[in-house]
Amino acid sequence: MKQLNSILFLFLLSILMVSCGEDDAKSRDSRSGGAMASNAAERVYVAPGEHDEFYAFLSGGYSGNLTVYGLPSGRMLKEIPVFSQFPTSGYGYSEETKPMLNTSFGFVPWGDAHHPDISQTNGETDGRWVFINENNTPRIARISLETFETEEIIEIPHSAGNHSSSFVTENTEYVVAGTRFSVPYPQEDIAISEMKGNFKGPLTFIAIDDEGRMKIDFQLKMPGFNYDLSHPGRGDSHGWFFFTTYNTEEAHTLQEVNASQNDKDFIAAVNWKKIQEYVANGGGQEIDAQYAHNVYDHETHTATSTMMNKVLTVDPRDVEGAVYFMPTPKSPHGCDVDPSGEYIVGNGKLSTDLTVHSFSKMLKAIENKDFDGDAYGIPILNFESTLAGTVKEGGLGPLHTEFDGEGNAYTTFFISSEVVKWKLGTWEVLDRQPSYYSVGHLMIPGGNSRKPEGKYLISMNKITKDRYLPTGPELEHSAQLYDISGDKMELLLDFPTHGEPHYAAGISADRVKANSRKIYRLDENKHEFAATSEDATKVVRQGNEVHVYMTTVRSHFAPDNIEGIKVGDKVFFHVTNLEQDFDVPHGFAMIGANTSELLIMPGQTKTITWEPKKAGVWPFYCTDFCSALHQEMQGYVRVSGKNSNTPLTWTLDGE
Amino acid sequence: MKISGTIMILGSALLLGLFFYPLWNIRLEAPQYPDPLGMDIYIAGIEGEEEFDIQNIDGVNHYIGMKKIPKPEEMWEFNVFPIVIGSMAGLGILLGFLGFFGKISPHWFMGWLVLMIILGILGMYDFNNWLLDYGTDLDPKAIIKLTDAEGNPLNYKPPLLGSEKILNFTAHSYPRTGAYMMFIGMFLTLIAWFAGFRTVRTKK
Repeated sequence: MKQLNSILFLFLLSILMVSCGEDDAKSRDSRSGGAMASNAAERVYVAPGEHDEFYAFLSGGYSGNLTVYGLPSGRMLKEIPVFSQFPTSGYGYSEETKPMLNTSFGFVPWGDAHHPDISQTNGETDGRWVFINENNTPRIARISLETFETEEIIEIPHSAGNHSSSFVTENTEYVVAGTRFSVPYPQEDIAISEMKGNFKGPLTFIAIDDEGRMKIDFQLKMPGFNYDLSHPGRGDSHGWFFFTTYNTEEAHTLQEVNASQNDKDFIAAVNWKKIQEYVANGGGQEIDAQYAHNVYDHETHTATSTMMNKVLTVDPRDVEGAVYFMPTPKSPHGCDVDPSGEYIVGNGKLSTDLTVHSFSKMLKAIENKDFDGDAYGIPILNFESTLAGTVKEGGLGPLHTEFDGEGNAYTTFFISSEVVKWKLGTWEVLDRQPSYYSVGHLMIPGGNSRKPEGKYLISMNKITKDRYLPTGPELEHSAQLYDISGDKMELLLDFPTHGEPHYAAGISADRVKANSRKIYRLDENKHEFAATSEDATKVVRQGNEVHVYMTTVRSHFAPDNIEGIKVGDKVFFHVTNLEQDFDVPHGFAMIGANTSELLIMPGQTKTITWEPKKAGVWPFYCTDFCSALHQEMQGYVRVSGKNSNTPLTWTLDGE
Repeated sequence: MKISGTIMILGSALLLGLFFYPLWNIRLEAPQYPDPLGMDIYIAGIEGEEEFDIQNIDGVNHYIGMKKIPKPEEMWEFNVFPIVIGSMAGLGILLGFLGFFGKISPHWFMGWLVLMIILGILGMYDFNNWLLDYGTDLDPKAIIKLTDAEGNPLNYKPPLLGSEKILNFTAHSYPRTGAYMMFIGMFLTLIAWFAGFRTVRTKK
């Protein structure tokens, strides 16, 4: 009996303890702060040697590049040079990659990278490529997710402020490039005050083929509004593209005031399938254009730049039913389409509300010709007839919205500095979390596709202030990681970001990592100046140009002694890395070269030039700590006077 | 003798597996090689487990002055071994057939096995010699020259069988599919002899 009592007592005790535990867990959940209390540290901890669950591709903004992060750890994995010279690898400095930065304005060493978007198949991110736009000198780049290198850049003619870009349709049929700063189309010398009615805002549709190759299919000659952001339709609305506009006032000066006068601007709904068909049947007009198309080849390891001179332009009024305007309040910024494709969210940045349009209502309004006038001959749909609902009092200054695939949307509010979760259909606000500080963009992996992976959300904040140890007046921007798998968002982590991320794209690591290349195959190297073995190394003089066919392997250059170079020569070092082992790059740096180093991956060939100015013996060396004998990986070039007779010789180990 | 002959044919035919599968494998593990470097030793040559493993093993070995991994034409063994194995398989199958039809005594099977064991031991002896030469005959201009406590040059010979630490690498040396097929085959020929021997004795 005594025994039974004690068993009973233990039983009761354990019930008590279990229920206490539950209470504890509940109170933990309800408290937002305190990493220890909510085990936030554990949830973002990726143990040494383990991999993150997601790739996140963050635009580098004014760095011109794309940065690759792992989530949930927030660790930066790589900076991929895209629109800016990158001395770390020699991108934009090497002879092979200089053509990548060629434009109709000549060589442009810098760019302003904005909106990365991952290629899609059937409305899902497929992990083949990342596209990203350059805002300043309008261009779109394509980055391979096999090599994590920029493979192609196409310039967008007749555009300025390439901002409502580079979003892809659900089978990567098109990448779009809009025009934020309306301009004369084509460019001409006219008074700025004559802007209204004379400027245009072309929207460019770039067709993508199976290899990813970009080709401008057509340019839609839209009225001269400012096309701010865009997203493709999906599901039922596949075949349409939606663009927010501001400055429908067409003000040309003090726009912060003069472009904020209309109560409503527009979301332009473009039926690109109709225009595609129109163009395929010979519609549109070919006009002069000048734009560069730059393609990098992973076999020749060389980029080529081709100057194009024609573009097909389409007047939207010539294609019946192709373009409509949906009035949207308060200078909308983000233009986001939910996973079903039914809802089009206009983030009216000067208000507290979000306007959500319904695609099915839009189709009905078009059918019923429920118009409220027109703008330059393009029908304006009645505001009420397309309105699905309004998210009231979400916050102040909504910018961008992403989706979790569970019927919820998440919107950033710049002015009130918070991320707000709300429900599609009922438009009720479910949760709000502060961001630190003044959040611009947000990203949920796949959050702008048919199948979001709604586990994490990152906010990309414009103001950093005191979030990290101070580093003087100039700070990196800051991102925050929220767990969105529960009813309430939970802030887990802060991490600094490079440049200024304007949007990001995320994807399950499983869809990408198996395809990531380890080396470039030497037997596929078709570089014109490659030496694919030490036997093939040589030095060739052509007038005052000297081509050095050089190889690197742990831990020497071949040749490593060169004589017979003269002051006034232009020396091309074509350096081939003979290694075929993962992660064994070699570097090459030449004293006094007026350019960057080279960082050469296994199997790759890269070239820099050097114009020696003084006679003497000048060393070069490997910049990457490649092996135990890295310090010995060095060589000399003997430079003689302009009129000397030193014979041209090249040797390795005296041979 | 029918069963015994069949087993003999089967057993010696298993030797032919050596033409398709590696006999031995040496794998080198080190912290900076999360995917170990490995070489598969076939009777007709050495191949990398991954395409560039041989090149990368040579790259690592050049620091300590080791010779390059030999190509098939650089070692007579890679010409002779296939002939020996092919002949022994052929001979075994022939003996099996003769045994099957009762033309010969099962002791021939035992004779074959003894010959095979002798050849096998010679082969292993030769292989070990090669490993020894490979691990000790170093380039006098080697970049890294290490000596043991007595001041003798370090021996970089990988083990014939088993695992051993060599500088930063751990070398694992073990038989592979081809060898296992050969062992099973040889064991089968033993059974063939035993089975045949018993049948013959019962008949008497």
